Amino acid sequence: MDILNALVALLNFVIIPASSYGAQLALGALGVTLIYGILRFSNFAHGDTMAFGTGVTILGTWGLQAMGVSIAPLPTALLALPFGIAVTALLVLGTDRAVYRFYRKKKSDPVILVMVSVGVMFIMNGITRFVIGVDEIQFDDGERFLISAKAFKEATGLAEGLSLRSTQVITVVTAVLVVWALFWFLNSTRTGKSMRAFSDNEDLALLSGINPERVVAVTWIIAAGLATIAGTLYGLDKSFKAFNYFQLLLPIFAAAIVGGLGNPLGAIAGGFIIAFSEVSVTYAFKKVAGYLGPEGWQPDSMLQLLGTEYKFAVSFAILIIVLLFKPTGLFKGKSV
Amino acid sequence: MTQRNILMFAAVLGLVLFEGFTGGWNTALGILNMGLISAVLALGVNMQWGYAGLFNTGIVGFVALGGLAPVLIALPPTPGAFNAGGLGLILAFAVAAGAVALAVVINRRARGAVRLLALPVVMVAGFFAYRALFDPAVAAIEAINPSAAGNIGGLGLPILLAWPVGALFAAGAAWVIGKTALGLRSDYLAIATLGIGEIIVAVLKNEDWLARGVKNVNAIPRPVPYEVDLQSSPAFVERAASFGLDPVTASTIAVKLAYTGLFLAVLLALVWLSERALKSPWGRMMRAIRDNETAAAAMGKNVTRRHLQIFIIGSAVCGLAGAMLITLDGQMTPGSYNPLRFTFLVWVMVIVGGSGNNWGAVLGGMLIWYLWIKVEPWGHGLMGLITAGMADGSAIKAHLLESAAHMRLMTMGVILLLVLRFAPKGLLPEK
Repeated sequence: MDILNALVALLNFVIIPASSYGAQLALGALGVTLIYGILRFSNFAHGDTMAFGTGVTILGTWGLQAMGVSIAPLPTALLALPFGIAVTALLVLGTDRAVYRFYRKKKSDPVILVMVSVGVMFIMNGITRFVIGVDEIQFDDGERFLISAKAFKEATGLAEGLSLRSTQVITVVTAVLVVWALFWFLNSTRTGKSMRAFSDNEDLALLSGINPERVVAVTWIIAAGLATIAGTLYGLDKSFKAFNYFQLLLPIFAAAIVGGLGNPLGAIAGGFIIAFSEVSVTYAFKKVAGYLGPEGWQPDSMLQLLGTEYKFAVSFAILIIVLLFKPTGLFKGKSV
Repeated sequence: MTQRNILMFAAVLGLVLFEGFTGGWNTALGILNMGLISAVLALGVNMQWGYAGLFNTGIVGFVALGGLAPVLIALPPTPGAFNAGGLGLILAFAVAAGAVALAVVINRRARGAVRLLALPVVMVAGFFAYRALFDPAVAAIEAINPSAAGNIGGLGLPILLAWPVGALFAAGAAWVIGKTALGLRSDYLAIATLGIGEIIVAVLKNEDWLARGVKNVNAIPRPVPYEVDLQSSPAFVERAASFGLDPVTASTIAVKLAYTGLFLAVLLALVWLSERALKSPWGRMMRAIRDNETAAAAMGKNVTRRHLQIFIIGSAVCGLAGAMLITLDGQMTPGSYNPLRFTFLVWVMVIVGGSGNNWGAVLGGMLIWYLWIKVEPWGHGLMGLITAGMADGSAIKAHLLESAAHMRLMTMGVILLLVLRFAPKGLLPEK
């Protein structure tokens, strides 16, 4: 029995990676859920919005690097974020003006809007490829580790190393700040309150003189900001590859639905539920079990429930279970 | 067939003929064959969307499942593979199916705490029993001649038999997913099918025992003669010479034409069946359900059952198209199943062609496939024109030339949005 080492291994391979991944998913799901709440459709272009925002942020990063600007030990990309958010917000506002507004005025079926968002997804995907290409890009130039495995072993004398990447800490800290700001905005400002009113009851909100176009515009700007931040954090943590963001769509939708579509608090909870299940189901617990068992004993199998290739199956299974047993999600969301 | 239909199809045929005269008959027939398969695929999706309003975003998964059939049916058996692990696999799947069935029964019959406790216990125990049987069987199969085989192998049956089997595979998957996700709101089906598509492709990529995963399966038997055999047949060479063709060109064209004939037969049969179905009382009922579910339910129609039915039929047609595709390619490459290409492009085909109209789906499938192939060279030409005035070796010129390859997705997105906005009924509207 070696509880300390088992705990460190669990922290290192499950809890820390799942926390940062969960924060990224939560930010993505918040964007999806806000758009669902206000505009009432599932935005399939959200993954590609994230990719586009990240791509622009990378361009900004390169520009800053060329000018010699650096905020070491933090990655330069954080400094380029406002630029990325601004460009992405302009793009989605333009998209709304050119594409979505027409269907909103016509009061089209949600499924038509979903289809339209597929068209937007294609175009955004094309723009992203056009701007930044399809190759994998590493753009994290900050300090790599806060705690490296080697230093941790030397300091504690444990057999198991613990590494804490700076991007993981940045992700969680940024996510907390963003969520705090978002909730403050939604709960305390006039615009935020009008957004919540619009989401709860559109007709009543219109009657009380809320300008729907303004609410929609603010929603898009916030969604663009959330998508860019989530995408950049994901890119810093792993790497940037446009297609990966399309594949993030499934866990993000799963997170938003698990929490209850249209419910911001649910999106955050859903993001962490999906991330922790995904990581713990695909992690091989052999090492942890070895530490917990009697001295010198190792389990015969890897103790891995599913291969990492099947991580999508985890979010999918959770999604199906929630849809079957609680279609409104864990926190009360909308369901028709 | 109205005059408009005939004109539109004549236009598409004209595009193919134009390609034949300018770019060679080999490429033209290649585009036509893939266009025919795309038309079958679009027919399947049109059944789900056009007849019933179901938004399926997992088409890529059904196409991939259909593509598995030629591998399992037509490939010669791997010697010893079945003896090594076949029984173990069958047992493992039986255990898994039993556990799921038991869970369903518990879910229906048991109440309260019993249900809450028994359900996870059955599922978890079933999963571990399944893995205990499945893992050694897979290891045994994958150990057999891993460089050339390492998979369970096929049955060695004629490849054409694989087409209906591919449809059956897809139908089975559609039944499972339809049972769970239909009856919920429309976006949920879209999201759930997006997931099932990803998972099926992941299974094909990673389960090496099944179809060798990303190691690919080559040399899948063909329903048509091989070019080499034709070239060595004196009778064929003589016939080719009488048309003034050299044997190599003639053989490739003959093989492609044979495929065209097969695909055309399937497509026409499907269109005939769908037209009959759509004009029957059943078709009227489907449209009634699509246009107003509440009213149709009030008239005593079982909306969820009908949705499940059409979801299965449509997916089966997608599976059929997947099997045809693998037959044409002669190889199974799971890495090539990209959702943008196999799900969302098909959506563009259906919307552009005219949702709800079978002929429209066929037209959209062929037209959009033609554009998908041609947009890239056109993009290169356009970029060449734009950059002609720029200095050689400038970074912008290089970047622009390089990005011409990405024009495809953007063009498809623009086409989809334009059609949705200005001609939401498509090129051939439903009457």
